[in-house]
Amino acid sequence: MSAPAPLVDQPWTEPGKGAGLLDVVRRRYLLKLLVRKELRVRYRGSVLGLAWSYVKPGVQYVVYFLALGIFLNLRGSIEDYPVYLFSGLVVVNFFTEAFGNATRAVVWNAPLVKKIFLPRELFPVASVWVAGVHFVPQVVVLLIGAVISGWRPQVLPLVGAVLATLIIAALATGLGLLFGSLNVVFRDMENFVDLANMVVVWLSPVLYRWDQVASAVPAWVATVYQLNPITVAVELYHYAFWWPGTVNTPATALPPDLLVNSLVAVVVAAVVLVAGQLVFRRVEGRFAIDL
Amino acid sequence: MTSMSTTSSAPRAAGPNARIVVDDVRMQFVLRHNRSLKELAMAMVRGKDLGNTFMALDGVSLQVDSGETVALLGHNGSGKSTLLKLISGVMHPTSGSVRLRGRIAGLIEVGAGFHPDLTGRENVYLNGAILGMDEPSIRARFDEIVAFSEIERFIDTEVKHYSSGMFLRLAFSVAVHTDPEIFLIDEILSVGDEPFQRKCLDRIRELKDEGRTLVVVSHDLNMVSELCSRGIVLQRGNQVFDGTAADAVAHLRSL
Ligand SMILES: Nc1ncnc2c1ncn2[C@@H]1O[C@H](COP(=O)(O)OP(=O)(O)OP(=O)(O)O)[C@@H](O)[C@H]1O
Ligand SMILES: [Mg+2]
Repeated sequence: MSAPAPLVDQPWTEPGKGAGLLDVVRRRYLLKLLVRKELRVRYRGSVLGLAWSYVKPGVQYVVYFLALGIFLNLRGSIEDYPVYLFSGLVVVNFFTEAFGNATRAVVWNAPLVKKIFLPRELFPVASVWVAGVHFVPQVVVLLIGAVISGWRPQVLPLVGAVLATLIIAALATGLGLLFGSLNVVFRDMENFVDLANMVVVWLSPVLYRWDQVASAVPAWVATVYQLNPITVAVELYHYAFWWPGTVNTPATALPPDLLVNSLVAVVVAAVVLVAGQLVFRRVEGRFAIDL
Repeated sequence: MTSMSTTSSAPRAAGPNARIVVDDVRMQFVLRHNRSLKELAMAMVRGKDLGNTFMALDGVSLQVDSGETVALLGHNGSGKSTLLKLISGVMHPTSGSVRLRGRIAGLIEVGAGFHPDLTGRENVYLNGAILGMDEPSIRARFDEIVAFSEIERFIDTEVKHYSSGMFLRLAFSVAVHTDPEIFLIDEILSVGDEPFQRKCLDRIRELKDEGRTLVVVSHDLNMVSELCSRGIVLQRGNQVFDGTAADAVAHLRSL
């Protein structure tokens, strides 16, 4: 082992005070190990393993399709309803899994948090990343379904899909930092987040069309509804994977102002991310004490 | 690791050779956590503080120079582990400041940074990465780390099946191979068997001879007074003695 570096070269530092999310970028290798750890731990002793992450959305999809597509006959009023439904569901599933797990990440990793210092932002970010690992194959399934029903790739819609994915990732990370840090102090947060996650799918045009909301509520409610970043991401996915494959659906089937709403969603997601980071850093001092 | 910490200004009154500067540090804990809605409401109505507070460290100041080996002594609950956690950055002080120069590795507790559901091998990589090593350097040192711990046969077993001594062997082995300038060791050698303890002590002496800075907490007073040059005694959160290790041990025994 080499001798320690000379003292004069080394800057004074304050232990336990890092650069937050920037440290996560700097320590990608550790992030990778934490993601791998979470996947390993999640599926230990399970025969189906990673396949479970497809069984759940699969069953959920079949149930929604039967109940809404067939029984309530939304299939009749929305062209290519199977693709419409699935393109919205993958977005919402990515968000709810990322948000739910990120909220629990610090508490789950209590043994590490209490005994050794590492940038704690790594835990929620690793959870979002794990949700991403589950999300990518679902997008592949979506692509196959879309191609079968006549979809062909186009540049602008695909740019929209990438943007939507980034919006969801940033939003889930920001909210995960916010609620995950508060969850250390008040364990009520994880139950609250579960509740919120249950509602998310109904507050965005995943199962039905946006204009069914617009025609039923006051104009300002419809505007707020449209500005929900998750609604924007869902509509961008419709624009990317559903609409190009339809024949009889006019462009007006997509909400107006999608471009403007997308820009607003980017700003909202960025603000949430910054706010989440700030709150996380304030509460972080209590992690090792309260856990 | 300090590689990820943001740079701060030099602490006031820092000597030219100082590695660790602890300046008037207080650490306050809340002993009882009233968190339910009913209890929160009651506390608000009665205007009572939530639980009683407790000073685990009450104005501790100390400086450790580069290459010093310091024994941190005191009875149970005197605040030794708390002080090490503040130095390693796991906790932040309620008031006062802690400043460091150099990379730090803390063995605060047996198995810190280990995950029970991962194998020994996976834990070596995880713990090495937490302590600031990159992938190539962990890979390069992997065999050396395992050889030092002498648990080759069990390296691909999940560590939840390890004995506490095996835990210690692997954790200690990773930590000494990460090349830190500052080493914090809290009462961990006690679970190792006699031969491994001797091996660890030899390794610690080597680290010391290389000029690394060591802060050791132990209730094994003979071992500590032989190993360390300087001793600091804590009593109920206050620093009551700072001098040679032998004198510190004598002081502690007289308490
Ligand atoms: N997270 C915490 N919340 C509340 N009290 C705490 C917390 N951590 C430590 N304490 C209290 O602080 C005091 C000092 O604890 P510490 O672990 O530093 O003692 P120690 O000197 O290491 O003792 P030992 O020799 O038994 O290891 C104890 O009374 C302990 O109960
Ligand atoms: Mg202790």
